[in-house]
Amino acid sequence: MIAHTIFFYFFSIIAIFSSLMVITSRNTVNSVFFLILDFISVGCLFIMVGAEFLGMIILIVYVGAVAVLFLFVVMMLNVAEQKQSWFIGKKSTHIPAGLIVSVLIFLELLVVVGGWKQKDDLMSSTTLVISNISNTHQLGLVMYTDYILYFQLAGIILLLSMIGAILLTFRKRIGVKKQSYIKQISRDPLSSVELKEVKSNDGVKIDD
Amino acid sequence: MLEYFQILGQEVYKILFLLVPILVSVAMIVWLDRRVWGLVQKRKGPNVVGPFGLFQTIADALKYIFKEIIIPASANKTVFILAPIVTMTLALVAWAVIPMSEEIVLSDINVGILYLFAVSSLGVYGIIMGGWASNSKYPFLGAIRSAAQMVSYEVSIGIIIINVLLCVGSLNLKDIVLAQKELWYVIPLFPMFVIFFISALAETNRPPFDLPEAEAELVAGYQTEYSGMMYAMFWLGEYANILLMCAMGSILFLGGWLPILDIYPINLIPAPIWMILKILFLFILFALIKAIVPRYRYDQLMRLGWKIFLPFSLIYLVLTASFLFYFEKLPSGNL
Repeated sequence: MIAHTIFFYFFSIIAIFSSLMVITSRNTVNSVFFLILDFISVGCLFIMVGAEFLGMIILIVYVGAVAVLFLFVVMMLNVAEQKQSWFIGKKSTHIPAGLIVSVLIFLELLVVVGGWKQKDDLMSSTTLVISNISNTHQLGLVMYTDYILYFQLAGIILLLSMIGAILLTFRKRIGVKKQSYIKQISRDPLSSVELKEVKSNDGVKIDD
Repeated sequence: MLEYFQILGQEVYKILFLLVPILVSVAMIVWLDRRVWGLVQKRKGPNVVGPFGLFQTIADALKYIFKEIIIPASANKTVFILAPIVTMTLALVAWAVIPMSEEIVLSDINVGILYLFAVSSLGVYGIIMGGWASNSKYPFLGAIRSAAQMVSYEVSIGIIIINVLLCVGSLNLKDIVLAQKELWYVIPLFPMFVIFFISALAETNRPPFDLPEAEAELVAGYQTEYSGMMYAMFWLGEYANILLMCAMGSILFLGGWLPILDIYPINLIPAPIWMILKILFLFILFALIKAIVPRYRYDQLMRLGWKIFLPFSLIYLVLTASFLFYFEKLPSGNL
């Protein structure tokens, strides 16, 4: 049990420290690295309370895919310059909008934390011990029966946001030469190669 | 508390017994790779240091250790040094769940295959960190290419894994192997095996998908600014990852430690040897492909991943699921 406690505090201290570093560090790329560290330690905490499937999924989805895209965006954009124009320029509409959003999130957090009751025994309440079936099985049993509607709804929301993102960035470019594999493969030598008799000192005209 | 330390001591002992053979076999595998490459091209390959040139890698490693580590002046020092360490560590950490036989496995966790998948998807960070921290054009371009490539091919690897899991009904690696006692999954899921193999090539940045280090375009990609031992760590991590992918392939499709035929003279060969033979078989395929196939163009690579492999493996997933459902072969797992 001592080892368990030691590891719990180890991971939670790292999680809190790195989430603080996310918002305080000056270099945006460093903040993303700290965000990744935060995800990893939260994943480890999930594994510690017995939710091994959730922990692994956090590692795969958040760390393996989402954070990589974050990192991409932060590395590609020159965020330091953006900041200047966002907060110092005259027509800055970002600050009020940002304030509204952050106040809303803060209020929501207050509501959530206010209605929170702490359990005395963490292990007994978090690890669902119904029988000897594994955590993943239990999750699958409820997710595809009792919560199938929410599950499908979440999927549809994700699909919609994906379509939206594609629609926003999609533009048809004209004049771009594209390689068509079908055309290349289905070319036949009779129609594309022609044998011409070339007269000496006369040359031949090739239409192009 | 004392008991706890005793357990810790035992675990460290076990971990050492896992890591040392892996590091040695990585060194040997580098030699094998170069040797196969050479033989395909009618050269001899490394054959001078030691018997058959076996110690060539060790000589190379010694050379790297004694070389100076150069850190570019404009590099982000911490991240620059961290990058090869991350690559190497992640490549080695994944081996903790690989079962060599029914008994020989460091940690037999319930979600073994997810753990493997998670660790291999983390591998991209070493490369991005290295490319970004070098603060130079070619490494950065190489890192971005590599990250995009790895993220795209992970998707199809994930769906291939789901295909196998549908037939097994468990995320445990041991269960996956034991489920193949009657029939290795390479036979019913052969198209998935081919796609897995090609995706594994892309995932480990091997030729023909070695665009991150396409030397004609990007010098050495994300490794350009690295020297000495730091370069060697990238290099070892890469080969450890390749071995890991081979181990994953042999567990998912080739029946892990199970013998080819469960009849008298063949099943006398101990289980770990079978596992090693299967890993070696896949690795030799990797090495042969490196020698005989030219490099892909970048847009072709992306097209292959997203427009061909992903839809195909999704369709195959639906087919597998319907087949299992129709013939009532869906595994019930531990229920």
